[in-house]
Amino acid sequence: MAVTSIGARVARKEDHRFITGKGQYVDDINRPGQAHAVFVRSPHAAATIKRIDISAARKMPGVVGVLTGEDLAADKIGGLICGWMIHSKDGSPMKAGAHPALAQGKVRYVGDHVAVVIAETLLQAKDAAEAVVVDYAVEKPVVDVASALAKGAPAVHAEAPDNRVFSWHLGDKAATDAAFARAKHVTSLDIVNNRLIPNAMEPRAAVGDYDSGNDAFTLYTTSQNPHVARLVLSAFIGVAPEHKLRVIAPDVGGGFGSKIFIYAEETVCVWAAKKVGRPVKWTSDRTEAFLSDAHGRDHVTKAELAMDENGRILALRASTKANLGAYLSTFASSVPTYLYAPLLSGQYDIPAIYAEVDGVYTHTAPVDAYRGAGRPEATFVVERLVEVAARQLGQDPAKFRARNYIRNFPHQTPVIMAYDAGDYHASLKKALELADYKGFARRKRESARRGKLRGIGFSSYIEACGIAPSAAVGSLGAGVGLWESAEVRVNPIGTVEVLTGSHSHGQGHETTFAQLVSDRLGIPIENVSIVHGDTDKVQMGMGTYGSRSGAVGMSAIAKALDKVIAKGRKVAAHVLEAAEGDIEFKDGKFTVAGTDRSAGFGDIALQAYIAHKFNGQELEPGLKEGAFYDPTNFTFPAGVHICELEVDPQTGDVRIEKWTAVDDFGVIINPLIVEGQVHGGIAQGVGQALHEGAVYDPVTGQLVTASYMDYRMPRAEDLPSFVVDTTVTPCPSNPLGIKGCGEAGAIAAPAAVVNALTDAVGHEDVPMPATPQALWRACQKAPRLMAAE
Amino acid sequence: MYAFEFHRPTSLRQAANLLAKAEDGRVLAGGQSLLPMMKLRLASPGTVIDLGGVPGMTGIERKGRSLVIGAMTRHAEVENSPVVKEAIPALAHLVSVLGDPAVRNRGTIGGSLANNDPSADYPAACLALGATIVTNRRRIAADEFFQGVFTTALEEGEIIVKVSFPVPSRAGYEKFRHPASRFALAGVFVAKRGGEVRVAVTGAGDSGVFRWEAAETALQGRFVPKSLDGLKPSTDGMNSDIHADAAYRAHLVAVMARRAVEKALRR
Repeated sequence: MAVTSIGARVARKEDHRFITGKGQYVDDINRPGQAHAVFVRSPHAAATIKRIDISAARKMPGVVGVLTGEDLAADKIGGLICGWMIHSKDGSPMKAGAHPALAQGKVRYVGDHVAVVIAETLLQAKDAAEAVVVDYAVEKPVVDVASALAKGAPAVHAEAPDNRVFSWHLGDKAATDAAFARAKHVTSLDIVNNRLIPNAMEPRAAVGDYDSGNDAFTLYTTSQNPHVARLVLSAFIGVAPEHKLRVIAPDVGGGFGSKIFIYAEETVCVWAAKKVGRPVKWTSDRTEAFLSDAHGRDHVTKAELAMDENGRILALRASTKANLGAYLSTFASSVPTYLYAPLLSGQYDIPAIYAEVDGVYTHTAPVDAYRGAGRPEATFVVERLVEVAARQLGQDPAKFRARNYIRNFPHQTPVIMAYDAGDYHASLKKALELADYKGFARRKRESARRGKLRGIGFSSYIEACGIAPSAAVGSLGAGVGLWESAEVRVNPIGTVEVLTGSHSHGQGHETTFAQLVSDRLGIPIENVSIVHGDTDKVQMGMGTYGSRSGAVGMSAIAKALDKVIAKGRKVAAHVLEAAEGDIEFKDGKFTVAGTDRSAGFGDIALQAYIAHKFNGQELEPGLKEGAFYDPTNFTFPAGVHICELEVDPQTGDVRIEKWTAVDDFGVIINPLIVEGQVHGGIAQGVGQALHEGAVYDPVTGQLVTASYMDYRMPRAEDLPSFVVDTTVTPCPSNPLGIKGCGEAGAIAAPAAVVNALTDAVGHEDVPMPATPQALWRACQKAPRLMAAE
Repeated sequence: MYAFEFHRPTSLRQAANLLAKAEDGRVLAGGQSLLPMMKLRLASPGTVIDLGGVPGMTGIERKGRSLVIGAMTRHAEVENSPVVKEAIPALAHLVSVLGDPAVRNRGTIGGSLANNDPSADYPAACLALGATIVTNRRRIAADEFFQGVFTTALEEGEIIVKVSFPVPSRAGYEKFRHPASRFALAGVFVAKRGGEVRVAVTGAGDSGVFRWEAAETALQGRFVPKSLDGLKPSTDGMNSDIHADAAYRAHLVAVMARRAVEKALRR
């Protein structure tokens, strides 16, 4: 294996730029004549706007413009959209209320956008924003699904009078109910999947710029998918047609899903740039980020598992209420439906599954995809059920899982998914060894001697990644196709630029994508550069989320590279004066088979552009190829995570003692980067399980956790050194065999932690986040009576 | 941040005069609480008087049976001072778990005491050790100094100059950190000097740092953790929020007190 080929631990090429402060983030971009935007936000969760008085603000020093929802309406700027149609059980389409970029008549959550003030300096804009007088008639908010669905609850939108956006279901209800009726044992759980706030290190930002000479707009924005942003801003919001709107997402400092969506702020910045005749810049401060970035999770679920007398799973049933917030964010409707219920089979052979999901409006920030998006929620349901079922049956949780694992592939689940490849027993076996499962009982006794409660918890997760093929997602309601594009431009001296529709905001594409090119073309990795994040450079793309950039984005590159090599062969045939069929390409050299006549990749690139050695009418000069790649299936990364921890029953404090992760990501391009993704994912999953939770005041609808003084992020000191390993079953659904790794940790971790905590305290009543207070209370409760012991 | 007038006096007298003259003046003594509040526009002083240019306000000194720390001494200096570690190791430990390295490298003891955040660490040490807060005008006993949440005995124009800690025979500090902010959710400082035992609690009470007298009496009998068996402060007057309700805080105070005594005896 060459040092930079597929499978090599290549240090990230982009890190030199980042750690020397040379990154170019949106906030680093300043346009000549730029003015600063500050949003006037609703201090109320629910209110009718009686009047907005901007007269005083207009007169404040440095003010360039003050704009409201009326101005948006006058310019026929459309509302923000949700791009995934969900139909209810009765066939009716989801009931979506309007989502204007600046409020029109009503505000629906604390932080909702009421007006924008644009001034010469940020401070002047802040001062003037305080001078905007808004007369609100404050109304009673509903902040959680139970109160939103209660009889007589105020409607967040008139379009959904009972606050139900949809009542959706999946699976065979009759078959599932029948299986439950004949079950010997049923395990049932009430589960709350806590609401999270994403907290990327770089807050969202936007710079809108208008060129009146060409009547063209440029938007610099913190986006995971600039082409999708352009498409939505053009086709739906109507800011400008696509050929007059350039969207640039430069270096982006973390997304975790929250930067997929098209928000009010970038819409307003790009529209306002023409309106006030100045480039308009907005950078979110941390408080705004807490209030207005799309939140994640927030499910309330009743889940049941049916088993026969031998502990074989017969059926699974789940009923979920999903809080969607006050407006439907870009992909909000897909997360608790098609990204959730189709994963309820987990790694298990479950003959019947039925899930119903109500999407619910509340007076809270919009809820959308957050690292894992639906799949962590599904994994949590399945892995808690399985763990508790094993305990109730008096069986070893590892053995119980193994008994019910899917053995043969492909495997069609009762909920859409056709798993293509996997070996769940192999991952479990390896994880049990690495975790020294056999020695756990001894370690538990040793902890008890020190007055500590030790627990161990498993999570045998599965995810569906790639979020493709297009036809499949289209049939499920996606408004777009979910393929990826690539273009490989070979320069005359043999260096290569790859243009990709994927977007890197921490994933290390500049390294892994270059590794693929280096491997395939046999050229040094230094000779490859990766171009992304600019709609003027890359023609079209679908962006990065759902762990799709390896499986889908790199497959598109691989396809374009195949075309480059094929063209190179044709050129080489002329140069080496041989038949095209006799040209072999290996290790960066075109060789006439069976001879020592060869030419390097760079020489052939040069010949392709010089075009002296062939007839330009028969073979086009140049060496540049593009490809669109649409996979044949989702990919199905899976694995086993084992968490071992110790609880201090006197204080409720937890220490994670050991974390073992064995993941099957298919073929791995760069283990160093994959391990980094796993580490970060576990940290976020542990964050959800132990620390993070968005809390709205139930009476006022104020966000109580609106700063780091109250919202608890996971810290390095909370985490042990992870034991990370892999098993490999190549993915048969894409040419590279890649499954994806970006979300695995966040999907696997919460169930592993809670299964360990419930093991430690001896009963199942442990909420997420399992804060010290919650755990101390849990320790006061008597342990369950162990069955069959 | 709103606009404000900034002064950097070069003498204590000048600083006091500026403070007396200013309409809504605030002293900048490290800025680890004041500046974030100003940035969030939650504090908007018209005048900020920076004590950074006033000579003679820093330093750590052992004076007979007391440890004297200048008001502008940074937390990091106290944390790493051999003099403090020798005289009152519990104080060095307290400062080592105060805030984060950035806060410890900027924040000062005087700033922390004048601010009297109800969850700050230093007030617990001052109260338990029976410190004397020396200002430009007078000497104030810790028992009189802390008067409630963000409220002290300091009068208009009064500036803390130094703090004098009587050196105890035994002392220990244990805190359970607030999950998010890392301030004390419940912090307990115990100190024994001669026959006197003092126990001060921070983070838990709804009127700031307080002395837990029942624990003091119990420990006066015998200075061992066992003396605290069955003892728990009343939930009346305990803080209650999403992170810890009154019952949990009261429980934590009892646990931390016990652990603080254990620690004090370990030396």
